[in-house]
Amino acid sequence: MQELIYPFDPGVIIRKRKALKRALEAQEGPRLRKKIAVLGGSTTSDLVKTLELFLLDAGIEPVFYESEYAQYFQDAMFPPESLASFQPDIIWIHTTGRNIENWPTVRDSDQQVEEKLAAELGRFQAMWESLEKRFRCPIIQNNFEKPFFRLLGNRDAWDIHGRTHFTARLNGAFAQYAAEHQGFFLNDTDYLAADFGLRRWADPACWNMYKYAMCFEAIPAFTFSVANIIKSLFGKNKKVLALDLDNTLWGGVVGDDGVEGIEIGQETGVAQSYYEFQSYVKQLKDLGILLTVCSKNEEENALAGLSHPEGALRPEDFTLIKANWENKDRNIRETAAALDLLPESIVFADDNPAEREIVQAQVPGVLVPELEGVENYIAAIDRSGCFETTTFSQDDLKRGEMYKANALRAAQQASFGDYGEYLRSLQMHAVIDDFLPVYLTRITQLTNKSNQFNLTTRRFTTEEMETVYNSPDYIRLYGKLVDKFGDNGVVSVVIGRKNGEALDIELWLMSCRVLKRDMELAMLDKLAERCREQGLKTLRGFYYPTPKNGMVKGLYESFGFHKTAEEPDGSTVWELETGSYAPKCKVIAVTGNPVE
Amino acid sequence: MDGREIFARLNKVFQEVFDDPSIRLTPQTTADDIEDWDSLEHITLISAVEREFRMKFKMKEISSMKNVGEMAGIIQERAR
Repeated sequence: MQELIYPFDPGVIIRKRKALKRALEAQEGPRLRKKIAVLGGSTTSDLVKTLELFLLDAGIEPVFYESEYAQYFQDAMFPPESLASFQPDIIWIHTTGRNIENWPTVRDSDQQVEEKLAAELGRFQAMWESLEKRFRCPIIQNNFEKPFFRLLGNRDAWDIHGRTHFTARLNGAFAQYAAEHQGFFLNDTDYLAADFGLRRWADPACWNMYKYAMCFEAIPAFTFSVANIIKSLFGKNKKVLALDLDNTLWGGVVGDDGVEGIEIGQETGVAQSYYEFQSYVKQLKDLGILLTVCSKNEEENALAGLSHPEGALRPEDFTLIKANWENKDRNIRETAAALDLLPESIVFADDNPAEREIVQAQVPGVLVPELEGVENYIAAIDRSGCFETTTFSQDDLKRGEMYKANALRAAQQASFGDYGEYLRSLQMHAVIDDFLPVYLTRITQLTNKSNQFNLTTRRFTTEEMETVYNSPDYIRLYGKLVDKFGDNGVVSVVIGRKNGEALDIELWLMSCRVLKRDMELAMLDKLAERCREQGLKTLRGFYYPTPKNGMVKGLYESFGFHKTAEEPDGSTVWELETGSYAPKCKVIAVTGNPVE
Repeated sequence: MDGREIFARLNKVFQEVFDDPSIRLTPQTTADDIEDWDSLEHITLISAVEREFRMKFKMKEISSMKNVGEMAGIIQERAR
């Protein structure tokens, strides 16, 4: 919804909150229901109501638990029954500088200041550990905004008695805890307050009259940040940046002005701004964001512009280049199809408002940031929060290469008469076995972002996945696929829970980048083998339809399962006897985990 | 800015904040007259009014305003 996309107007969000909520709730489409416990050190009422808008807009339907006023510590240390039975999916500890209890004073000795720092940190660590032990779900913790007065002036920043210095040390310790603990995330209030303007942020009237820790108009930006973390944790991030070229990646029109005529590089301020933007885009690519071109241009000119010696980007940085004279909405759809992704995974960057409008209107779900003036491009994309990074795996770094290898495979496929011959020519080799700790991040990530080849669309948090990993009640398989063009990484996950003599397949997913490679057959072969080894006679599969997973509706049938139940909503249950099962996959060589 | 204009704009703000197009403000309107006007919504309302008229109420004014008429009076005074 336009009102909720950066750069949103906080005034509009505050004033029209009820109407916005009504409109969001009227929208069709699937929603992920998530339980969020907000443990506040100040009033949380409007925070929660605003956070709800941003989450609804991202397809997440939140249910909230809110602490009684400022009861964050008590709730964390001694969860009341209402919190215990709530069983949160996420806990957000909303504390601010107003909640620091052990401020140093100028009369303290060095030793006393150290003790106060330790006491304050101890309080927080005790909460985190208590919550982690009790709930095993992701924790979002605010760090601290800078203090709203400086008793020592500039000295406050470096003297150990200064609140500014004390706050910075606490934030440093919080950051270290975050780096050392999976499932613990900081909401960078320090940055947000500075960005908003500390003087306005720290409105004492808001605190003294209403016990809000920040000024009322800062609430949208503040909760937007929390929403971005939550969206990222539940796989609602964007994956692709589709870029226009002329006046987006360089100044001028390469087809008219020629390569030597476009503005990019170090010559002028404008050229430098485009260079800075290109460098930013290149860093996004390093983060695993796929770059594509969507430009009205002759392809030859597009490549010439991207090869400009002063540019930061190169043609090979792009997974896909669509430079033609088709409408851009069509090119965006084709880009999504070519990458086996949904259009809603795409961010479309174009300086031309008319092009933005057509894509926005024709391809729902694509994020179209407002790019006005090259000097504002980075901010428009960076602050949209759509690439917020909470988990980061080695596969992210290589994603661009993998998709490119896919393009090579597609080109080869065209030259084979028979599909089986093509598959064999790929010289595929898979590792299929029980989970390894090193892959848990990637496996969890896959459960949160695979929508199409996903039978149950069951999502897992890091903590839930660890529970599955450590439990003897499950049979777990991950599949990693390598072929002559490259390593696809971990692409398939199956989790089955033992139920008497049967195995209930609670999760079966596969990345769409390895569709039609018979990888699913290799997974099934291994699953049947494991079941037989453990005396499980029946495989029981479930299909829960969503608007996105139609492609696997008939998967179990194609495997030779027989249907045992069908619900009015289209959900189906399937069974297969493992005793008479014969392996199906003939084109992939399969091995197990490396022996230590 | 005359009183009528202030009331018209205030009326619009109230309708949006409470999501109720049937609201008709009079100088005598108080929190008791509008169902959702509780202490939590009060701050939303104050914030929206401040933004509409590009002014800030003082803390003392917020706690002493008795009805919409007094609110409009402060706005008019500040606008001068």
